[in-house]
Amino acid sequence: MTKNPLSAHIRLNPEDFAPASDAQKASQVVMRESVSFWKDGFRRLMRNKVAVVSAIVIILIMIFAFIVPLFYPYKYEVQYKNANNLKPFTYSAEEQARIDAGEKVFPHVFGTDKMGRDYAIRVMVGTRISLLVGIVATAIILVIGSLYGSIAAFFGGWVDIIMMRIVDIIYTIPDILLIVLLSFALKAPLNNLAATPGFTWINKVGPNLISIFIVFALLYWVGMARMVRSQILTLKESEYVTAARALGVGRGKIIKKHLLTNCIGTLIVTTTLQIPSSIFTESFLSFLGMGVAVPLPSLGSLASDAINGIGTNPHLLFIPAIVICLVILSFNLLGDGLRDAFDPKLKD
Amino acid sequence: MDEKYLVDIQHERLSFFTPAGEVKALSDVSIHLKEGEVLGIVGESGSGKSVTAYSLMGLTAYPGRIIGGTLQFNDHQVETMTEKEMRKIRGNEVSIIFQDPMTSLNPVYTVGNQIVEVIRLHTGKTKAEAKARAKELLELVGINEPEKRLKQYPHELSGGMRQRVMIAIALACEPKLLIADEPTTALDVTIQAQILELMMELKEKLGMAIIMITHDLGVVASICDNIAVMYAGKIVEYGTTDQIFYEPKHMYTKGLIRSIPHIDAKEHERLIPIEGSPVDLLNPPPGCPFAPRCEACMQICLREMPPVTQFEGNHITQCWLNQKEEFEKGEYNE
Amino acid sequence: MVKYLVKRIVLAIVTIWAVATLTFFLMNAVPGGPFLSEKAISPQATAALEAKYGLDKPLIQQYFTYIGDALHGDFGDSLKQRGRTVADIIGMKFPVSAKVGGISVLVALIIGSLLGCIAAINRGKVMDSIVSVVSTLGIAVPSFVLCTFLLFIFGVKLKWLPTMGLSTPAHYIMPVIALAFYPTAYIMRLMRSSMLDVLGQDYMRTAKAKGLSGKAQLFKHALRNAILPVVTYVGPMLAYTITGSFVVEKIFVIPGLGGEFIGAIQGRDYTLIMGTTIFLAVLIIVMNVIVDIVYKIIDPRINLK
Repeated sequence: MTKNPLSAHIRLNPEDFAPASDAQKASQVVMRESVSFWKDGFRRLMRNKVAVVSAIVIILIMIFAFIVPLFYPYKYEVQYKNANNLKPFTYSAEEQARIDAGEKVFPHVFGTDKMGRDYAIRVMVGTRISLLVGIVATAIILVIGSLYGSIAAFFGGWVDIIMMRIVDIIYTIPDILLIVLLSFALKAPLNNLAATPGFTWINKVGPNLISIFIVFALLYWVGMARMVRSQILTLKESEYVTAARALGVGRGKIIKKHLLTNCIGTLIVTTTLQIPSSIFTESFLSFLGMGVAVPLPSLGSLASDAINGIGTNPHLLFIPAIVICLVILSFNLLGDGLRDAFDPKLKD
Repeated sequence: MDEKYLVDIQHERLSFFTPAGEVKALSDVSIHLKEGEVLGIVGESGSGKSVTAYSLMGLTAYPGRIIGGTLQFNDHQVETMTEKEMRKIRGNEVSIIFQDPMTSLNPVYTVGNQIVEVIRLHTGKTKAEAKARAKELLELVGINEPEKRLKQYPHELSGGMRQRVMIAIALACEPKLLIADEPTTALDVTIQAQILELMMELKEKLGMAIIMITHDLGVVASICDNIAVMYAGKIVEYGTTDQIFYEPKHMYTKGLIRSIPHIDAKEHERLIPIEGSPVDLLNPPPGCPFAPRCEACMQICLREMPPVTQFEGNHITQCWLNQKEEFEKGEYNE
Repeated sequence: MVKYLVKRIVLAIVTIWAVATLTFFLMNAVPGGPFLSEKAISPQATAALEAKYGLDKPLIQQYFTYIGDALHGDFGDSLKQRGRTVADIIGMKFPVSAKVGGISVLVALIIGSLLGCIAAINRGKVMDSIVSVVSTLGIAVPSFVLCTFLLFIFGVKLKWLPTMGLSTPAHYIMPVIALAFYPTAYIMRLMRSSMLDVLGQDYMRTAKAKGLSGKAQLFKHALRNAILPVVTYVGPMLAYTITGSFVVEKIFVIPGLGGEFIGAIQGRDYTLIMGTTIFLAVLIIVMNVIVDIVYKIIDPRINLK
């Protein structure tokens, strides 16, 4: 037998050859901590700087859209006299006189539009409308889509085939063509409805907004329905659900424990990514003059109104345009971050 | 010892440089085999058996890198070869069969296309000649109706059939060395036996050497001349098949052998599993990597890597137990 | 294959019928006829006009008449542009839109796949980061925002590019960029992730183990697999390009079908709206069927049943 040359450096004692205890052995193994799905996902999300920054940007934008207007000294629909087309941080003659008289006048941070309305508040309210459209429309899509998809998946058979054929047809209909038509066609019936007693609330929300919601609800749920159905079908077939069933776990518990926890990650991600796409479509419609009605602004209509003055007042176009991009970008990046963090299939 | 080796890997060290740190996939691995020999490399997933074989073909996946040792194959010094030189021997002098035949063939090309491709790459054959050769190869690996099969896509073939196609591709240029990376793991048991038999038959016919990578001791027992047992990036025991099976020296090898089912086992005899799980190669312990799972673990095992102990022939192992006797005889500390 | 084709075509016909029906009844739900805005016309004249175009008949009858005519390829006359048939208008305006749209689709496919590939191959390097940033921005910028920015910078401020019409090749630059930007960004993302996926596949390892050069591995083995998701995106991309053209044609004053469509809706030109919607829907649906068949040719695993 040969000796390892290295061993010459090591001085050995008889104790070295004494058996090691289990505790000693265990101390050698560094076990990675096991954490729950949500905690693990949340930790990953927090490590993703881009997603965290996007979430902060979204919160800031929401504060500006929903909270700041409550305290803001100007109103979005009020036309201030002789204050047309003011540049940012300038004042109309009257306001200047008041300042000279020692009064404090809140500056027009973004100037005013051609009708003398404070642009900053209009952008804020426009952002609010766009966000509302995005979030409410997505909520509607989520509810209809997941109900439809899960019904098709659970019943299976003929029900599933017929339901999915309908989805196929709606899916191949060029959506924007119909959205344009629908939003146009729905305006009048909604106005009539708003005039009848009991439906006056429609005027408060705005018939155009409601028609946009209906349009989205009618057309955009199909993607969600397909996704939910395929998720549930894969899960239904998956081995761990079969295993749970074989072990005698009840139906309700399987749905709650396995189907829901596995679906919800994908559902959250799809929802987050649906919000910017709804905002995208709304701003597109508003830009074409088919969105919300005056004097209510949305980011798309603000940009559309500003386009004729692009040579003289480009900031009126750029501010809402940049806000739209920022909103869509933040939601997209947050959605990507959520997918990386919560989609169990991507887990490394 | 003067005999020429076809493969001679000496003290190879290889690491994967991941964002989380350096993963020491191989630390001081030495293996060698002669022409026409069959070497089995046995170990569990992550022990480095595939990494060793891949590095010999220059197939180490990013971010892995050879950081030490020498790799010699058929008069080539592999660790110094450029990618371009490497390409000339891959698929030609050395080829490989992968574990999963379902995913190892490109789904969008016909079987014929994929065999002809490698033939034309390494030989000057014309399209027609290459096609004739492809047909010959399919016959060789026992596929009937080769003419028809050549025109089929991989998804139209069964798993066993696809593995035969993989073998045909590997043997297309009559390599000196065939690396088989768990070639039967993904197949049904009956097909497994057929594929192993086919490989042995082809080895007799063509005279190539084979490195058989597997976690299944049953596979190596019947076909290998020598066996290397790997654990956590190290070769813990190396010897002839008989030595490994009848005189295992390392506790891990002993554990592996005990965990094979015996046909003549007594009724109440149970299989003995090896408890615990492999070490984290990101933070390897200072001592023997198997120590935490070893039932004969000693104090020294936790602290120091065991030296190499050599028995008769080329039978070597790395385990402190084999040094214990030595120490008690007083050969140390003098 | 034949069975699949039949099934696809039946589904396509049902879809087109659904679109036509929906459009027809939606249109008629909009209050105010095409002739209301023309104040000078007397009620008698309006009635006469309505009678001429069959608008006085019951809705259901109008519907069947329309569908019957449409099946013969007759979409009727435009209600607003007197003396011109809908088919004439489409035939005149569509080639303009198709030219801009076609160039944009090609630009998006070529540049998008190329950059996506390059990013995947250089994963984690500078080129990859640039592509990631561009593609992330690209899918966050609505086409009208991009249009107006381009118009302002290159048209109004720098005066490098013409802003209206399509008379010279230079006129195409801004509309094509505006229209191709989103699909390019989307294809870049798609191509990058699918290429990364393919590069990690076992058959790529086989290709390398055969001794193929990097180029042969990439062009022969990776590309054809990686391009598959991009092919499936061609259908939605066409739909996007068509709707995107509404905005682009409005901003850059291009006499195409998109602008015509918006004008028709605002003028309640029923027959033109119907004709345009059905025409575009048929176009998109037929293209989708063609894309499916192309997909089958590239990917032999898809069994068209």
